[in-house]
Amino acid sequence: MSAAPVIELTGVVTRFGDNLVHDGIDMAIAPGEVVALVGGSGSGKTTLLRHIIGLTRPAAGEVRLFGESLLSASAGAVRALQRRFGMLFQQGALFSAFNVAENIGFPLRESGVASEAEIRDLVALKLAMVELEPAHALLMPAELSGGMIKRVALARALALEPELLLLDEPTAGLDPDRSAAFVALIRSLQRRLGLTVVLVTHDVDTLAALATRVAVLGERRILSYAPLEDTLKVDHPFIQRFFHGEHGRWALARSNAGD
Amino acid sequence: MASAAPDHDHEPGADPGFQAGELHFEAPDGVASLRGDWTLRALTPGIAALRRRLATVPSTARWQLGGAGRLDSFGATLLWQAWGRRWPEHIELSDERRQFIEEVAAAAAHPLPMPPRFTVIDAVVLLGAALLNLFSHAGDFVRLLGQLLLDLLRLASRPREWPLLEISANLHKVGVKAMPVTALVGFLIGVVLSYLSALQLKAFGADIFIVNILGLGIIRELGPVLVSVLVAGRSGSAMTAQLGVMRVTEEVDALAAMGISRTIRLVLPKVVALTLAMPLLVLWTSAVALAGGMLSAWVQLDLSFAFFIETLPRVVPLANVYIGLVKGAVFGLLIALVACHFGLRVAPNTESLSTNTTASVVSAITLVILVDAVFAIATRNIGVPI
Repeated sequence: MSAAPVIELTGVVTRFGDNLVHDGIDMAIAPGEVVALVGGSGSGKTTLLRHIIGLTRPAAGEVRLFGESLLSASAGAVRALQRRFGMLFQQGALFSAFNVAENIGFPLRESGVASEAEIRDLVALKLAMVELEPAHALLMPAELSGGMIKRVALARALALEPELLLLDEPTAGLDPDRSAAFVALIRSLQRRLGLTVVLVTHDVDTLAALATRVAVLGERRILSYAPLEDTLKVDHPFIQRFFHGEHGRWALARSNAGD
Repeated sequence: MASAAPDHDHEPGADPGFQAGELHFEAPDGVASLRGDWTLRALTPGIAALRRRLATVPSTARWQLGGAGRLDSFGATLLWQAWGRRWPEHIELSDERRQFIEEVAAAAAHPLPMPPRFTVIDAVVLLGAALLNLFSHAGDFVRLLGQLLLDLLRLASRPREWPLLEISANLHKVGVKAMPVTALVGFLIGVVLSYLSALQLKAFGADIFIVNILGLGIIRELGPVLVSVLVAGRSGSAMTAQLGVMRVTEEVDALAAMGISRTIRLVLPKVVALTLAMPLLVLWTSAVALAGGMLSAWVQLDLSFAFFIETLPRVVPLANVYIGLVKGAVFGLLIALVACHFGLRVAPNTESLSTNTTASVVSAITLVILVDAVFAIATRNIGVPI
């Protein structure tokens, strides 16, 4: 694809003490793509995601978001960049002192652009987008189920009309039914809003249902970065185990039957 | 419900840049036409001016949305509110865009429930809840105390089950590590107290009474209370926060599920350690405070160290030291119990953690001062030379 990439990683190196996690990661993600990051536990998927959103800095290499370098940009430019993506954290990371409506409206209120009346309308709209009832607006995060926490967190991630959505284990901790419903919700939102999505997942079901491309992290680098069909053909022990293990085969067969 | 932007013309390859959204309104022919991108990012820089322009457009205007670029839900909400939450009479737009705005309008038509207003009944309920809460605190505290006593009875027959490692770790944390800060504060208080007293005593020529004042005041009263306040702020809050986070992360439940008593493993070590450490801290702090006072007395009144040290045991009966040590142990016990009590009441959210930590420190200090008053009355005939 010739379009300017939304995310561009070049030679990213991450080190935790003596532990080398990434050793020269190169990846470019084009607009409108849904990229799944997979890899074994401890392969640094979440760390890579944290580099992309500027929470951590790699030891070496370059991270560019929307064509701008995250590492050399001024603080103001980084803030502006950070308003252009939404992040769904693994545990939701809802502010436990705020209710649902305040959580979703928080980024809008902080940006200072929208009026109070507009914020109320927009919060109602985002709640409807993630298929929650207006009556849920006054609940506190402690009163929500796991699936609802993910939905509210997704609504909050969408509050600033992002172009890029980052999802850390979007379906972890959800039962298969809710997980499938949440994946369907993300897919429909992605199609309607034309979002670029990067997701970290362990779940072959989620990956098969959402991803247009799969990036496999292993041995401190990207083992393969290709559409799912091509990834399946890569001859690497990890990839073979991940996708052609018992559960993986089953999930893929189901997703093919579903299409 | 489906709700969003088929209209969010976001074809791959579009420039990530944008054209700021604009509004053109010509008064003579009454046409309001939109230009540029009507998205949150594109509208942000000029939002104030745009709002003013929107407000000047009369309700009879003819709206043309065909010229606008992208439109997101913020832009749609802005327009919908400017239109007074209904469709203008004259409007030209594509069907897709109309559908999108209708979805925004549909969501806005079901307003979020407002938090209920605060009424007199709520005030009564609040008052009642506060009172009941007091009873619930008292009940929990007594239960904790009872559980601790039962555990002690159990441990009496099984000496091998004493959590000695935890006790010694806590002793190090609340005792040894608190020594520098208590010494610093004690020393400075000693210097200040001695300096201020010396100014007054000089006027009466009663210089040597500085030893009586400092000795009695610090050993009997100031040492234990000062250390208690410092320890409540330093170790009491840490204990509450630690237990609170363990509640949030379900570690306390994990212990219970393994059949391990949380009072033996978590509460007892803290209580025992602080009860043992506090008298020692009191002794240490009182000694350092007296050293500070001695230094100040030497500078101000020219009292030699030797004279001070020689006079001290003659004017301050030994009973005062015992009172100070007993007070220290009792205060330590209270601070640790209060800290554990509040820590175990933390509910799994950040608000509860902060409320309980504050309550723990405030209650501990208040309780210490109350009990100190009781001590003062109970021991009024002991150790005071007349």
